[in-house]
Parts: sequence; C-alpha cells; structure tokens
Amino acid sequence: MKDIFKIGGRELTSRLFLGTGKYSTNKIVPQVMEAAGSQVVTVALRRVDIDFEEENILNYVPQGCVLMPNTSGARNAQEAIRIARLAKAAGCGNWVKIEVISDNRYLLPDNYETIKATEVLAAEGFMVFPYISPDLMVAKELEKVGAAAVMPLGAPIGSNRGLKTKELIRILIEEISLPVIVDAGIGRPSEAAEAMEMGAAAVLVNTAVATADDPVMMARAFGLAVAAGRAAFLAGPGATQQYAVASSPLTGFLR
Amino acid sequence: MSFYDIYQSYREFDFAGFFAGLTDQDITRIIYKNRLSELDYLALLSPAAESHLEEMAQRAHRLTVQHFGKVIFLYTPLYLANYCVNRCVYCGFAAHNQIPRRKLTLAEVEEEAKLIAATGLKHLLILTGESRQHSPVSYMKDCLEVLKKYFSSISIEVYPLTEEEYAELIAAGVDGMTMYQEVYNPEVYAELHPAGPKRNYLFRLDAPERACRAGMRTIGLGALLGLNDWRTEAFFTGLHANYLQSRYTDVEVSISPPRMRPHVGGFPPRVTVSDKNLVQYILAYRLFMPRGGITVSTRESEELRNRLVKLGVTRMSAASCTAVGGRSHAEGGTNQFDIADERDVPAMVQMLYQQGYQPVFKDWQLL
Repeated sequence: MKDIFKIGGRELTSRLFLGTGKYSTNKIVPQVMEAAGSQVVTVALRRVDIDFEEENILNYVPQGCVLMPNTSGARNAQEAIRIARLAKAAGCGNWVKIEVISDNRYLLPDNYETIKATEVLAAEGFMVFPYISPDLMVAKELEKVGAAAVMPLGAPIGSNRGLKTKELIRILIEEISLPVIVDAGIGRPSEAAEAMEMGAAAVLVNTAVATADDPVMMARAFGLAVAAGRAAFLAGPGATQQYAVASSPLTGFLR
Repeated sequence: MSFYDIYQSYREFDFAGFFAGLTDQDITRIIYKNRLSELDYLALLSPAAESHLEEMAQRAHRLTVQHFGKVIFLYTPLYLANYCVNRCVYCGFAAHNQIPRRKLTLAEVEEEAKLIAATGLKHLLILTGESRQHSPVSYMKDCLEVLKKYFSSISIEVYPLTEEEYAELIAAGVDGMTMYQEVYNPEVYAELHPAGPKRNYLFRLDAPERACRAGMRTIGLGALLGLNDWRTEAFFTGLHANYLQSRYTDVEVSISPPRMRPHVGGFPPRVTVSDKNLVQYILAYRLFMPRGGITVSTRESEELRNRLVKLGVTRMSAASCTAVGGRSHAEGGTNQFDIADERDVPAMVQMLYQQGYQPVFKDWQLL
C-alpha cells in the first residue's frame, strides 16, 4: 500500500520535513535532502539573499521539493504577515511556516500572535503551517481560521531534547482533524520514529541533522526512522498491558 | 528601575574576596550547570577559572553550534562623520585632536554604499562622531534613505538618543543599535570623559534600554577593554545584557569585547588585556548567555579572529574602514583607530569555509 501524504495541495511520499539553518555550507543541503528522501524544505526568509547568487539558499533547494519559507525573526503577527507576503512576492510559493517569537531566551512561540497571522494569511490563500506551543484550544482555533496543519514543538528549538511535550502532542493528534507536524526539539531518529508511531502526520528536523558530525548520514537515519515510525503507526501496534498476561489464566476453568 | 540599580547593588561587593574564595571544584561545577547565576558568571571571569579555559571552550563551542549553528554573521561599519564635541582621552575622533573633520554628502554615502554592496554584505553599521550639531538625527535619516536601497539591515552606533529619536530612526529603517558604555565604573568614567555631553554617564547607560523601549530589534553592548579592570567591566557588560534580555525578551542582545587599539592621541591602555583574558571573557559570557550574540571586530588580529570563530563568537565585521569616506577616497581620512585584520570579504569568506563555517551576509530583511 502506498502511503501518500496529501497536504497543502501537494502529494508527498516522505513525511520528513527538513530545515536549512545552521549548516556549515548551503552546498550540503541537496545531499541532505536526497539522503533523507525529504520533499519539503523550510527556509528562513530573513536569510534569503536573492541578489547574491552564490550565497542564496534558494539556489540549493532541489528541483521538485516543496519550499516552505518561514517567518523566523518575526516578533508579532504584523511582522510575520509582512514576511510571508515578501516571500510570496519573491517567488517562494504559497506555503508558509509561521514563526512568531518574542522570547529570545527559549525561542518559544507566541501562540496568540500566531493565530492572528494565520487568520490573515489563510484568508489570502496561503497554505499556513503555524509553529506553536502545544495547546489544544490554540490548535482548535488555528483549525477554525484555516491553517493547513499545526506544528507543535517537542522541546524548545535547537535543544535536541526530544519529545518533552509528548502528552500534549498526543491530545492534539487525538482531538483535531488537521495534520499534526512535530516541529522543534527532536534530536534523535528514535524520537522522530516515536512521534510518527503516535500518529503525527510528519516531523520537521533541523538542528539534529545540521549539527551532527555527519549531516548526510544523520539525514538518512531520520528518513528511515520517520518511515519506520509511520509504518508502525499504520500497522496498528498491539495493545500495551500494565501486567503480564498469564498463559495459564486463573479463570480458564469457567469456560 | 534601570540597569544602574543593578550596578549599584554591586557597589560594595568584595570582588577580590569573592575571587579569592573560589576553588577549582566551584569552577567545574559552574561550567556544567544548565543556567548560570550572576555570581556563577563572575566566577568564570575569575583568576581561578583561568586554569579551566579548555573545558569552558569545549562547552562554549557546543552551546554556540547548538543555538546558532556553524555560521558567522558578517557586517561592516560605515563612518558617516567624524565631528565630535567630546574630549574622551582615549579616542582618535575626540574634539581636541587636530584631525581633518568631515561628514559625507549624500552622494558620497551612495558611493560608499555601492562599494560595500558590491561585496555582497547586507548588514551595515553606520557610525558618526558624537556631535548633534554636525550629525543630527535628520542627517542620519537622509543617509538611511540612500542606504536602504543597498542593505537589508542597518544598525547605528551614534551618540545616545532619546526614546523618541530611536523610534524615529526605527521608522526610517534602523533595526539595530550598538552603544559602548566604555567604562561601567562611574568614577573612572568621569576621569576619562573630562568634557562634553558624553560626561553624562547615566544618559549613556540607559540608552540601550531607551532603544529597547522604542522597539529596536537588536542591541549591542560593550565596555572598551583597557580602560579599567577587565574582569569587573566584563561582569557588568554581561549583567547589562542579561538585564535587557530579561525585560525586553523580543530584542536580540549581543555584546562585544573591544580592546583598545592605537589611535591619534596615543592614550595608552591603563590595563593590559591579553588574548587569554579576552578568550576567558568570551567563554564566560557564552556560558552565562547561551543565546546571546558575541561580536568581534577587526580591532583583533587575523590570527586571533580565526581562532575565535569556534569559541562562541557569532558576528564579525569584515573589510572594515574607520575613516570617513575611506573606501572611496583612501587618501587623507583619519582612522578612529587602526584596524588589525585588514582582510577583504572574499578572504573572510574563504577563512570561514576553511574552518567549516558558513558566512551569513543577510540575516534580516527591512520590513
């Protein structure tokens, strides 16, 4: 069975989205994408330098990949909206990841401003992917205002601390109909697999790959882990039990 | 409440006694803490921490790569004017120095902007001497109209302004400001600034906070190393950064550890700050403020800057020129100070790539 992920008007075979920040060179981005089998790449518009061919990250995005510019650097809804419009005007398509951060110590997203930006941009026809702190009411509101997915954090950006918000993400997966894409915090392929097993629609990884000793090999590992986690989810894992199920039941005599 | 209250709370603090009481065990414990207190930071600036620099460097490097990646932001300064009304004893632009004074015409600003833009750099720091009369805010705004065509981010390093003036410049396209306090110790500050509006210690000290309130995106701070005991000056610079970051969470705060350089006037540094001292300061700050920016300018030598890339630094100036109009008219301009690393942009780019780092030319877009 072919597992196709339909989102934002696109059909994807890979559920691993990758970021492009923190690499020692842009030249490695195509290799990382290929090794991971990833088809969606997010790029900070603040770093897109259209006038400078050699350093322009957009020149390193492989053909056929979906470009998802993000609004990194935005401190409020107004700035995020302007960045999204600039990205569209620059030919980056109509997918946009909304990042509104007004906390430079932990880089936690501002959910309230994110909802405001999402509402405006979704109404303008953008496919909006908001990065949020996992909160059910916020996710429901985003669903209502037209987000294409919600992207809750597993742990603070760049922390590689894993799925610290697992229980809250689980609630989002259970309660909302939008795809849930775990973004930020995933540090190891096993954590990506765990998110996928839980029923996340996809995961977005950057720091864990970009700061690995061998980013290309790590990208491959993440690609495999996401596929494995998804397969496990589709396979329907057996129920877990708190206690061992005895092979000689105590009540067998009642049959 | 202002940072001055924080400063005052340490006025009676026994720094020497604190340093004397530190053990190697204290330092090791602090290096691996998740979040450092103010006194933990001071401990890492102590003589006792000098024997732990390698351990600090390893942790600083890991934290920097984790939070910023293997990238260094590049920017360059543009001196618009060198008129100055202050008599700071250590500065080449001081009013009493007999140097040719000038300020760029808008045509000259454009000429310089084109030369810089051709290198690919998108972040510009504009500077003036401290003279409201010769470099009023209106002049800066006129220059910004020209510069905005060429650069995606423009910061200022000018005399302290009022909150309203900062807001005016932000509206005109400025997104960052740098303000060197020079010296945090008020008595030493008074000695070194014998005349001129710069004597107003508090107005300068509170300038970064006024800029934060006005909505500035990025703030840079620093003490000029060589004017006073470096350990306490580094401590107060870090505390100032921490104060602002805690209150203005949406502002990106960075520090810079400039050391005195040769300049017209020849005031010798009062205190020698060695390479080892500078490195200790950078490492201690990185551990105290894991997400704080650290800028190292071309005041430092090529060799040292190459080595600092992996020790916590996040921003570097490149192809600097500290003379007004010095790029388009190399002859005749007086430098504010002599630069030590004279590499051009391609040479900096090559060095960074060789070290496994990506040079970032653009990190913000004027909105």
